[in-house]
Amino acid sequence: MSHPTTGVVAGSDQDLQFYVAEEHGHAEGGTMLGFWIYLMSDCLIFAVLFACYGVYGRSYAAGPTPANLFDLGTVALNTSMLLLSSITYGFAMLSMEKNRIGATQLWLLVTGLFGVAFVGLELNEFVHLIHEGAGPQRSAFLSAFFTLVGTHGLHVSVGIIWLMTLMVQVAQRGLVPENKRRLMCLSMFWHFLDVVWIGVFSFVYLLSVLP
Amino acid sequence: MSAADNSVHVQVLHDHNEAGHGSLKGYVTGFVCSVILTAVPFWLVMAHVFENTQVTAFLIMGLAVIQIVVHMVYFLHMNTQSEGGWTMLALIFTLVLVAIAIMGSLWIMYHLNANMQVMSVHDMGSMP
Repeated sequence: MSHPTTGVVAGSDQDLQFYVAEEHGHAEGGTMLGFWIYLMSDCLIFAVLFACYGVYGRSYAAGPTPANLFDLGTVALNTSMLLLSSITYGFAMLSMEKNRIGATQLWLLVTGLFGVAFVGLELNEFVHLIHEGAGPQRSAFLSAFFTLVGTHGLHVSVGIIWLMTLMVQVAQRGLVPENKRRLMCLSMFWHFLDVVWIGVFSFVYLLSVLP
Repeated sequence: MSAADNSVHVQVLHDHNEAGHGSLKGYVTGFVCSVILTAVPFWLVMAHVFENTQVTAFLIMGLAVIQIVVHMVYFLHMNTQSEGGWTMLALIFTLVLVAIAIMGSLWIMYHLNANMQVMSVHDMGSMP
């Protein structure tokens, strides 16, 4: 954008006060905006999948209904896993700001474990549903359900792989500006997935089990 | 005139990237709000608090919207200043598209279902 500018503020007669208004970390800012735009396009993917579920969510094809299938206790546990992983990632970012490599790595590890627990519980639920004969091919409702929740779970899985990659990067090179930038991108990705999950547990699970 | 009188103050004005990390207070506030906003809808459904399901549905969607805003502010650190307002502009644009995609799909498909006739096996045989 603009070049660094230098100005002189007239203080007292002898004192000279300089200020430098520089575009510090311009590339970093550009990456953040670009990543935000990517997240917004990802948001559109989820919007279309939510729309599909909204349209097909009541087409049971004489098969099982959400009230038969969904166990809200498991969903509540799953939701708390993702919520806890969000705050622990926040702690990782705060440690990163203070340049504490050990604390950052520890919080990243805790975040990753919560993420693994989330994906594990979700896969367990999927396996359970398929064993009950309620697989994605059973009805339009189940196709839409597996596509939406599966896409979210896939995003979380990719996020976990990304998180592990960054833990190796931080271990090898420390909290250099590049790694900080990457951690900030993953932070946005991780919190964004939590935002999508709010829509999933409200719209897909809670609203569907209402009579 | 001594050298001390000619003191030079250099102050560097960074842009607003520092604001992007949030604070401990912000994260904890967001987390507590999120826990409450998650627990209440689960409780409404699991404890069958209201007889009227429409009231429950309305409350669930309302609380979800509030929780999304809480996450946006406290976890994603959304504000109107970051990146010179471009993130907010992109978000508003996306929200408009999301609203069109979801509302439009539900609206159209609801009417298509309403217009659809129940078809007998005899009618199916005469389909083109």
